[in-house]
Amino acid sequence: MNAAAARPPAIGAPGEARQPILYLDGVSVSFDGFKALDELSFYVDPGELRAIIGPNGAGKTTMMDVITGKTRPDTGKVFFKGSVDLTKLDEAEIANLGIGRKFQKPTVFESHTVFENLELALKCDRTVRASLLFRLCGEHRDKIDGVLETTALTHLCDAPAGSLSHGQKQWLEIGMLLIQDPDLLLVDEPAAGMTDAETAQTAALLREISKTHSLVVVEHDMEFVRALESKVTVLHEGSVLAEGSLEAVQQDERVIEVYLGR
Amino acid sequence: MKPFPLVRILDRGAVVLLALLAAVAVAVPILNLAVPEDSAAHVSTYVVTLLGKYICYALLALSIDLIWGYAGILSLGHGAFFALGGYAMGMYLMRQIGTRGVYAHPMLPDFMVFLNWKELPLYWYGFDSFAYAAVMILLAPGLLAFVFGWFAFRSRVTGVYLSIITQAMTFALMLAFFRNDFGFGGNNGLTDFKDILGFNVQAEATRNALFVSSCIALALGFLLCRCIVTSKAGKVLVAVRDAESRTRFLGYRVEYYKLFVFVLSACMAGVAGALYVPQVGIINPGEFAPANSIEAVIWVAVGGRGTLYGAVIGGVLVNLSKTWLTGAAPEIWLYFLGALFVLVTLLLPKGIVGALSSMKPRPHGSPKRGPFLARLFPRRVL
Repeated sequence: MNAAAARPPAIGAPGEARQPILYLDGVSVSFDGFKALDELSFYVDPGELRAIIGPNGAGKTTMMDVITGKTRPDTGKVFFKGSVDLTKLDEAEIANLGIGRKFQKPTVFESHTVFENLELALKCDRTVRASLLFRLCGEHRDKIDGVLETTALTHLCDAPAGSLSHGQKQWLEIGMLLIQDPDLLLVDEPAAGMTDAETAQTAALLREISKTHSLVVVEHDMEFVRALESKVTVLHEGSVLAEGSLEAVQQDERVIEVYLGR
Repeated sequence: MKPFPLVRILDRGAVVLLALLAAVAVAVPILNLAVPEDSAAHVSTYVVTLLGKYICYALLALSIDLIWGYAGILSLGHGAFFALGGYAMGMYLMRQIGTRGVYAHPMLPDFMVFLNWKELPLYWYGFDSFAYAAVMILLAPGLLAFVFGWFAFRSRVTGVYLSIITQAMTFALMLAFFRNDFGFGGNNGLTDFKDILGFNVQAEATRNALFVSSCIALALGFLLCRCIVTSKAGKVLVAVRDAESRTRFLGYRVEYYKLFVFVLSACMAGVAGALYVPQVGIINPGEFAPANSIEAVIWVAVGGRGTLYGAVIGGVLVNLSKTWLTGAAPEIWLYFLGALFVLVTLLLPKGIVGALSSMKPRPHGSPKRGPFLARLFPRRVL
């Protein structure tokens, strides 16, 4: 459909064959005749920070739902690390493969404390038996303390998550993603409802995270996307409209048309 | 910072409850057996049995609180598991009657002779052994809960839909058990029990032993629930209750967690039913009535859900007032029950326990609750 999506998935720089960490191949989803995703194809390289932008209804959240197993696509495949087809798996299996997701509306466990939220997200055996026998050891505690520090929530460690401000909940959720230690992080509108200062801090935090993780950020706040300094994919009506640096994308005639409705 | 596991399990509420339970379990039999009947301190055998019944109800309430208060599964059919445990015990008690029945048949219970049955049905085999019956008391409700939960939780049936199908489940079982050809005594159920483990069920000593057994079962059930809810698995359950799909995206198999507590809860309800039957002396299909299950949910709501001891308090208190009211003014009991549920929901959303603990000053170290108005408007409306 366009140049970026048509590129074959398994080619990297000459001499080093790198599998993309995420590869969507012709994914279509429709709800009651409305095509939320229409032959959507794109890929993300390992270690990449990618921003996905697009107007309301472009299919950004549906795309997240497909990747994380919440929605099954009508057609198409989603490959993780080159070989695993995510469309065959459910949410828990996908999460355990190493894909973490932050929701648009911050969803933390409100009656648990900040510490307990992180404890639940901590990367370890998720079976019932393991949870019954789980003992928090020093190593776990250090990890949680580290994330509390990264997300500036140390002083709220024992506060119920429900008492946090909106921005703090967003950060806690990012913290929960971090402590899951996934290979790929999907972050849906992290800056929604944040003050300018918080938005800038969040962008800095995501850039920091992207040094060690592959990261896909869905956002429609252009200032925030600019602060991410990453490659941008523009979605429109369920497929890729343009891809490249933010500057290049903003020059694109079609993108201008979609955003400004000329 | 991390308390020793035993400290974690035995918080103040748990210690108080267990101490009270132990005190009652010791005091009541002494006051019944050792204190002369004409003394004011004497507790009649009728009261011992009545208290034993309340303890069984409290265990049922506890089992409901484990799934409703912690995992958010509102079962409106838990009476079915209670009744199944009761029937398993009833079958054992029927087989103990032997030739002392009206028809003096060595194998068949009276109702089967009356129905002109020639042989003991296959599913009645083994119930002459207490050990077998004890296994069935756990297995029958546990298996039903497993099959039911397996389909319901895997298909992600939640909320009110789950409540409705649990209600349908108990209703269907009630209709089945009402049928004579189902082989469980039909309308009349199982009754006329004589012996349990060789002791006369009517004897004072047996009554006291059953009462103490009920107290022990409640204490063990309570400890088991505390172990679960204070473990990480307990935190996962609360997470499921508050944000189910979020828990799934963290990689937890929500359906297995739900299935685990649902089956465990059903087994606990089964034990409660099994201890209830020899004390009241009868089990009939009326125990499957949907209203019974709803009533049990009300006990938990009144006591305070999500606390475990609240369920125990609710189970005992509501039944205490039921006994009193149905004696004093039988026609208003149902209105009272309805009003109680409405008032508790409106005025005490966290039940008696929640109302009591919000009156006390917060213990040192727990998060501050802030001023009253800020609590009323947590989202900075002011």
